[in-house]
Amino acid sequence: MVEHRHWSMHVLPHLILGLGVLLVVFPVYLAFVGATLDPATIANGQMGVVPGNRFIENMSRVLLAGAGGSTREPVLHMLWNSFVMAMVIAIGKIVISILSAYAVVYFRFPLRKTAFWVIFMTLMLPVEVRIYPTYKIVADLGMLDTVAGLCIPLIASATGTLLFRQFFMTIPDELIEASQMDGAGPVRFFIDTVLPLSLTSIAALFVIQFIYGWNQYLWPLLITSKDSMQTIVIGIKKMIVTQDALTEWQLAMATAVLAMLPPVLVVVVMQKLFVRGLVETEK
Amino acid sequence: MADIRLDHVGKTYAGGFEAVRDLSLTVPDGCFCVLVGPSGCGKSTLLRMVAGLETITTGTVSLNAQVVNHLEPAQRDIAMVFQNYALYPHMRVYDNMAYGLRNRGVPEAEIASRVAHAAQILDLEDLLTRKPRALSGGQRQRVAMGRAIVRKPQVFLFDEPLSNLDAKLRVHMRVEIRKLQKALGVTSLYVTHDQTEAMTMADLLVVMNKGVIEQIGAPMEIYRTPMSVFVATFIGSPPMNILEATSLGDGVVSIEGHRLLIDQALSLPAGHKVKIGIRPEHLSVQADGFTIHVELVESLGAHQIIHATWGQQKLAMQVETDRVPAQSGQALVVGCAPQHLHVFDAQTGQRLLRDNAS
Repeated sequence: MVEHRHWSMHVLPHLILGLGVLLVVFPVYLAFVGATLDPATIANGQMGVVPGNRFIENMSRVLLAGAGGSTREPVLHMLWNSFVMAMVIAIGKIVISILSAYAVVYFRFPLRKTAFWVIFMTLMLPVEVRIYPTYKIVADLGMLDTVAGLCIPLIASATGTLLFRQFFMTIPDELIEASQMDGAGPVRFFIDTVLPLSLTSIAALFVIQFIYGWNQYLWPLLITSKDSMQTIVIGIKKMIVTQDALTEWQLAMATAVLAMLPPVLVVVVMQKLFVRGLVETEK
Repeated sequence: MADIRLDHVGKTYAGGFEAVRDLSLTVPDGCFCVLVGPSGCGKSTLLRMVAGLETITTGTVSLNAQVVNHLEPAQRDIAMVFQNYALYPHMRVYDNMAYGLRNRGVPEAEIASRVAHAAQILDLEDLLTRKPRALSGGQRQRVAMGRAIVRKPQVFLFDEPLSNLDAKLRVHMRVEIRKLQKALGVTSLYVTHDQTEAMTMADLLVVMNKGVIEQIGAPMEIYRTPMSVFVATFIGSPPMNILEATSLGDGVVSIEGHRLLIDQALSLPAGHKVKIGIRPEHLSVQADGFTIHVELVESLGAHQIIHATWGQQKLAMQVETDRVPAQSGQALVVGCAPQHLHVFDAQTGQRLLRDNAS
């Protein structure tokens, strides 16, 4: 390491970091400011960088009464819908992918390799690519406007299986053999050894998938038509698009701020597990 | 307690590779049997077949006169210590030892007393609440031993358990394992590639090569009368010198133009190609020997190893330090007592036996 560095070497990294943070934080701050203004100020385009005094009022209105635009659903309910969707997708994906990866890595069955590659190939077919056939199937099964229809097509993807497969391959074979000697069958080995060791991978996948589910736009837009099934991302969109009235930007901004909170919360809460997962590499 | 019996055991892998071929071996009750050989000789495969981790292609494995070929590892009443210890990283030391017992439905009170006993024997009492990652290599090794002991198995299996330890600890654990096995009297099968470990630990030593047994016997018996060039060079350190020679008949061979008297009871026709084995420690400076040229001298403290050439052939000699003031480039006249010469057939590599003995 260089011991005596020029003073600029201390300042420059901080400058770059500061610029980066500003770039990310400023739009978020603007959204927050927008959420605190009264309709007149924002509609006149006089919005500055100083927050107004209508924050509580705007918030309580969107949360409980619903905003204008083409949706009348209270945001609280949209938050709940989004939360359910994100949770079902995240947990469903973890369950399916950890089990499929366990099968692919530890069991010798005919067409094992083929099964893995078929799963792998679905990486090339995200929902956006197969959206028409998927919609057709979901519609035919009568799952439009249901939680199942919203979540199941998004659960089916290979990312989690790949992640767990890679992780399982790092678990030494001797550990399985030791379990066998200790009288643990496949189910016991999974519950007693594989699951506890996978905890950090599960946490990582949960964070990624929760945010993935939360941010879904195209699929919920297609599959939900009832206001009661509306997710918050769709809600924001519908608030902005209005037929004859002015867009109530202060309410849209308030909703945007609310929409940001759960993913932030998930990341903050799960961060510790992340770091632990990175530090404890020894298996 | 049990004996281990292998009857014509063979293992062929899916690719057609024959790891073990028609191998028979009986390990008596309470015996510490060491399987030694170079990597790829099939010793680990053999151990894993006894453990039940590897299917048996041909033959039978019996524990205590009961064929166990089709039993799951857990049903064979054996315990195994792995090379990398294979401790459960997320469990405390206590749970690592208790896990196998819990799976067998042993009552918690019984588990607690067995673990406590094992911890006391292995000096692990202060470490029971730690996770494996907070332990040193030697401590992990002891936990792995503890996990085997608490099960009170019929047989212990060791798969190169000391090869991940540093040299000093290895010597220490070698003694500890041997003491422990003697105290518990459990029949043990121990795999290693280290001939020192094999020599020092074994009651019964099995030297393996290319999937077959080269020789079985007590360590000193194998050291004294290796039955093939392979065993001769594998057991003993530094390894035995093997010299190309031609028989002149009447128990005399010629090496590099020098006439050397071997066993007269060996009826070797003149012109027969043989290999003469001489252990480095059996060479000494003599007035009526042959002349070697010193290339390099290694000092080990109490001993010196002199690397030399005899004509075209290489030779090592081990002497007590200061007995021979050897230097590189020097010539020494050395010899070896006839009873310390080992004679092997140059073609087959097998030991040539006296007519009346064979």
